[in-house]
Amino acid sequence: MPHSTKTQLQLTTLEDTLNLGIHLGGTALPGDIFTLAGDLGAGKTTLTQAIGQGLEVPKECYITSPTFSLLHEYPGRIPLYHMDLYRLGSEDEFIELGFEEYMYGDGLTVIEWPDRLGSLMPLSRLHLELTTVNETSRSVLITGFGDIAERFSSFLPGS
Amino acid sequence: MYILGIESSCDETAAAVMENDSRLLSNIVNTQIDIHRKYGGVVPELASRKHLEDIYPVVDAAIQEAGITLDQIDTIAVTQGPGLIGSLLVGLSFAKAISLVKKIPYVGVDHMAGHLISVFLGHKKPEFPYIALVASGGHSSIFHVSSPSAYSLLGRTRDDAAGEAFDKVAKIIGLGYPGGPAIGALSKKGNPEAVKFPRSWLEPGSPDFSFSGIKTSVANYVKQNKVLSDQEARQPVDQESLIADICASFQEAVVDVLVEKTLTCALQKNIKTVVLSGGVSANIRLRQVMEERGHQKGLEVFMPPLEFCTDNAAMIALAGYYQRDKASLTYDMDVYSRISAQ
Repeated sequence: MPHSTKTQLQLTTLEDTLNLGIHLGGTALPGDIFTLAGDLGAGKTTLTQAIGQGLEVPKECYITSPTFSLLHEYPGRIPLYHMDLYRLGSEDEFIELGFEEYMYGDGLTVIEWPDRLGSLMPLSRLHLELTTVNETSRSVLITGFGDIAERFSSFLPGS
Repeated sequence: MYILGIESSCDETAAAVMENDSRLLSNIVNTQIDIHRKYGGVVPELASRKHLEDIYPVVDAAIQEAGITLDQIDTIAVTQGPGLIGSLLVGLSFAKAISLVKKIPYVGVDHMAGHLISVFLGHKKPEFPYIALVASGGHSSIFHVSSPSAYSLLGRTRDDAAGEAFDKVAKIIGLGYPGGPAIGALSKKGNPEAVKFPRSWLEPGSPDFSFSGIKTSVANYVKQNKVLSDQEARQPVDQESLIADICASFQEAVVDVLVEKTLTCALQKNIKTVVLSGGVSANIRLRQVMEERGHQKGLEVFMPPLEFCTDNAAMIALAGYYQRDKASLTYDMDVYSRISAQ
């Protein structure tokens, strides 16, 4: 069984979400993978924008929804690969698109709608599951799988 | 001179033949919407495969309908980006192949350049310069257009595109794909004032858009008011009018922001002409509000006929006509996925 740790955080305000994202982006190393789950409107784009801030993605590069084009790449302290698998039918499509090559490369890969990955789900990853509490607050369940867990557990309160 | 236009950036395989910049001889659009409908969106791999099947018959039909032969084509114009990489590659590779075999020069055209001058395919033609709004499933951008081939980006979305918001909201309230026409149709029966969805203006004077928040507001509203979970407890008529009110209110909020930001750009730049384009500009309410408020502010508003709002190859052929000097017989050109900031 791969080692895993869980933390539940309350993100009462938008600022909480931004701080979390900036922390995550600031701690990420090349080859790290974050998987993001949550309904439409749960805040996945907002969190990714904050992660980008933590990665020092230049301000003029807007981190926009990759739903239409599936993958957006941004320069930063290390590159950010932002994928949205919402429109993919199967893991075969993921391979055919050549996305696997990004995952274990020189940057941080953030994957929205990771359930489409099936058996390609990476063993080492930080999984963030966003839930809407009300209009402004969210809660997030963070699970660290594999090697990445220890590195992120140190600053995640409650773990 | 004859220009063959080829477009395959998203879910339309299209080809068109233009004689100079004035006569459209054929315009074939083969849409994949039926295939994608059951998946609730464009599935990229399906899109590329379908493009592969369709590209030959679509181009062939465009040439035949134009009443000419392939040898009479002087230049091939093909969409180079932005769009889905796999889809774009089908069009570009096909154009390169014809070019190589027939020794016809080809030119890569930016999809946005096509949308920006699609208005010239209609009868009512604007004069340069103008401010153009391109709103579609993949884009929500405002451009300053100074000639058929010179334009600069003023504002763009910071998260979701307008058309994407329509598609996602349609999904939230259980309507099919594409979301735009479904929401547009239901909105006619709803009250646009029923729900006050927030308008995202960003910093004062910003020409940028943000449509992620409104999608979230609709999702929250649907959840809080148990719009879908209480469905069976309501009379079907009440359920229908509730959904219609949400559609109308959402549409009003998106239209409001698109129109205000576009008109503000025109006023700030002291430009008297505004042009609407892209798939979302087929939205009746957007056309209506842009025209009304534009006139109130002393601006002239132009929009392409409906058939040229959505993706088509006529606009690519037309843009190619103005960029024909750049056409060549070299084959190292590649496609690109994202809008460039210049």
